[in-house]
Amino acid sequence: MGRGSSSQHGWVALVFALLLAFVLPLPAFAVNPDEVLPNPALEQRARNLSAQLRCMVCQNQSIDDSNAELARDLRVLVRERLTNGDTDQQVIDYVVSRYGEFVLLNPRFGAKTAILWATPLLLLLVGGIAILVFVRTRPSQKPLAALTPEEQARIDELLKK
Amino acid sequence: MIIEIGHYALVLALATSLIVSILPVIGARRGDASMMALAPTGALVMFALVALSFGVLTWAYVVSDFSVMNVWENSHSLMPLIYKYSGVWGNHEGSMLLWLLILVFFSALVAVFGRNLPDTLRANVLAVQSWISAAFLLFILLTSNPFLRLDPAPAEGQDLNPVLQDFGLAVHPPLLYLGYVGFSVCFSFAVAALIEGRIDAAWARWVRPWTLAAWTFLTAGIAMGSYWAYYELGWGGWWFWDPVENASFMPWLAGTALLHSALVMEKREALKIWTVLLAIMTFSLSLLGTFLVRSGVLTSVHSFATDPTRGIFILSILAVFIGGAFALFAWRAPMLKAGGLFAPISREGSLVLNNLILTVATATVLTGTLYPLILETLTGEKISVGAPFFNMTFGLLMLPLLVAVPFGPMLAWKRGDLPGALQRLYVVAGLSLFAGLAFFYVQNGGPVMAIFGLMLGFWGMIGAIADLWYRGNFGKLKFSVAMRRLAGLPRSAFGTAIAHFGLGVTVLGIFAATSFGTETVVEMKPGASVDVGGYSMTFDGMRDAVGPNYTESRGHFAVRRGGVEVADIWSSKRLYTARRMPTTEAGILTFGLSQLYVSLGDPMEDGGIVVRIWWKPFILCIWGGCLIMMAGGFVSLSDRRLRVGAPSRRAKAAKPVLEAAE
Repeated sequence: MGRGSSSQHGWVALVFALLLAFVLPLPAFAVNPDEVLPNPALEQRARNLSAQLRCMVCQNQSIDDSNAELARDLRVLVRERLTNGDTDQQVIDYVVSRYGEFVLLNPRFGAKTAILWATPLLLLLVGGIAILVFVRTRPSQKPLAALTPEEQARIDELLKK
Repeated sequence: MIIEIGHYALVLALATSLIVSILPVIGARRGDASMMALAPTGALVMFALVALSFGVLTWAYVVSDFSVMNVWENSHSLMPLIYKYSGVWGNHEGSMLLWLLILVFFSALVAVFGRNLPDTLRANVLAVQSWISAAFLLFILLTSNPFLRLDPAPAEGQDLNPVLQDFGLAVHPPLLYLGYVGFSVCFSFAVAALIEGRIDAAWARWVRPWTLAAWTFLTAGIAMGSYWAYYELGWGGWWFWDPVENASFMPWLAGTALLHSALVMEKREALKIWTVLLAIMTFSLSLLGTFLVRSGVLTSVHSFATDPTRGIFILSILAVFIGGAFALFAWRAPMLKAGGLFAPISREGSLVLNNLILTVATATVLTGTLYPLILETLTGEKISVGAPFFNMTFGLLMLPLLVAVPFGPMLAWKRGDLPGALQRLYVVAGLSLFAGLAFFYVQNGGPVMAIFGLMLGFWGMIGAIADLWYRGNFGKLKFSVAMRRLAGLPRSAFGTAIAHFGLGVTVLGIFAATSFGTETVVEMKPGASVDVGGYSMTFDGMRDAVGPNYTESRGHFAVRRGGVEVADIWSSKRLYTARRMPTTEAGILTFGLSQLYVSLGDPMEDGGIVVRIWWKPFILCIWGGCLIMMAGGFVSLSDRRLRVGAPSRRAKAAKPVLEAAE
């Protein structure tokens, strides 16, 4: 998808491309035949953008999913901007300037969303480090060295059976 | 009069729950057997009382007693009988009663099947269950009483929300609650262990079947809900990352982690403290989900309840139970001794990785779900966190997990042989690449990247088969000998392989349906045809029809392949008369594992109608995989070790030694 910000970091870019290519559900529910742009490439961009924009009067639906009047207006607006030569980013910026950040289903990274975006990464790091420390601080190198007397007793007991 | 009996039964249940909440705990402290014996009896009495109460409400629905406000608000005399039954939980009050019924049902199960538990543990577990029951009984009686009367009684009801008038409502909530609420048993076991300050492998062995059962039902409930949303909402989507979906998904993720960590604890006595914490977290997420759904704090497509007093009440329950459990954990957990040791590359190590990723994924979904709510409360700023966010973050987290799944069962306990596992999995990787390429080739086009997704699905499926293959040592031993070895494996090994296979099937379905699916939006007039997914569909026109409590306009489509008519599709727009509410009934035609999905849009001025048609190849794999996972759960549940009685006899023999070892 046209959001180029993440596509310069080697394997991360590959994974992102992978995910964006097909983990995103096929957008496309409420678009009416009369809205569709004649240029398929442009239409595809419009669909991708629509899937990221919230229908403001609906409950948790993108403008692509919704058949509300306002969603339709927004879909038409997105297509107008694209036809006028806007880049995807410009379209998003324009819609945000009119409707605010609330319209973005994928919130931008910023001061107020830092915690949201950082949570997975931070937890993964903290969890990973915690596990490493846990494994390191325990004498896991010599667990097989000797049996404790209790273990020996248990084995004897089991062998006797 | 009957209605009042139902109401009174709840009051009696509350009184019973208070007794069971307190006396058995004291009994367990003092070693007073008669006080401890109150717990199982009390649990059975509570179940009988709540079941009676639930039966009364059901009766009121079946006979359409509109003098009961709840029935009047959510039923209609002309509604089909099955919806009168399922309508009982198609509203806030009734669904809370169902929640409670299942909670006390699980308590009763512990009372009946827990005869072999040590007396003190059983008394404490049932007491903790009883605390939860008391809280929810109070909630129902004070804020959500389904037995309130209307005087004079109205002649006709207001009908059930049409979206809920579906077979899905009959199955989805009970299954979901069996899962959700089933985790309460794990929670109670964890809290009881903390109260006693003692925990061992036998404990894990008692907890695991409950976790497994709850997880299995929750898997079924979520899959069922997803399929219901898919065919009922008419958007062709099957997962929307809706807050309500997330609310049920979070306990599932945490429960999946719990399932795996309990395994480590049972087999190796390691990860004790973590397992206890996870058990508490899982049920806390169930409670949180109940709060999110029932308080109406979220604006979402599923939300039907909005009343702040209820929200605050559940929030208090949430705070007391989660806060209390964590406080208890902080106080008592240091008393629990750490258990067995293991090398990083081992079965334990792989399960720790599983837990790390699943926990982070749970936290990610949790943050994403609550973030807009918290931000708005704190700063007044409104942002949205929707599907694109979850797809990216959750998807990124799942990739390494899905790759790691086949490794786990191939590594030995304590110290695994990674090169050995790699050697076996090279073959699996090769086979999945081949399968992915073949699949892609057969599909004729689609994004090339899809091959990786398909491979990931096949990797899970073939990896699970390979696990059994190598356990039986097929290829090295004679076939008959290997078969005998395979037959000798414990059921839980099959359960693991089946569940992991199911996961692969689901992954395959997700990638196949999203990569190769097509959608067509066209305006059609009668007689017009359109080609979709290799089929040709001809629109025949609209016909009007009348159902028991709705009128509908049905569009008929003839489906042809190679000029031969193979099937019909009916897709309709309904109007439910009592509520004047329109719904879209998608027409779905199944070919093998793929589906044609037809949804009607708006009529145009020139006599045509907007039709949306999706070709969804292999979409049924998504839910089929969940069914297979479920089957894996049941197979594992039938394992001898987990069968009632078996664990305790062994545990009793083993306990003195284990205690000595601590």
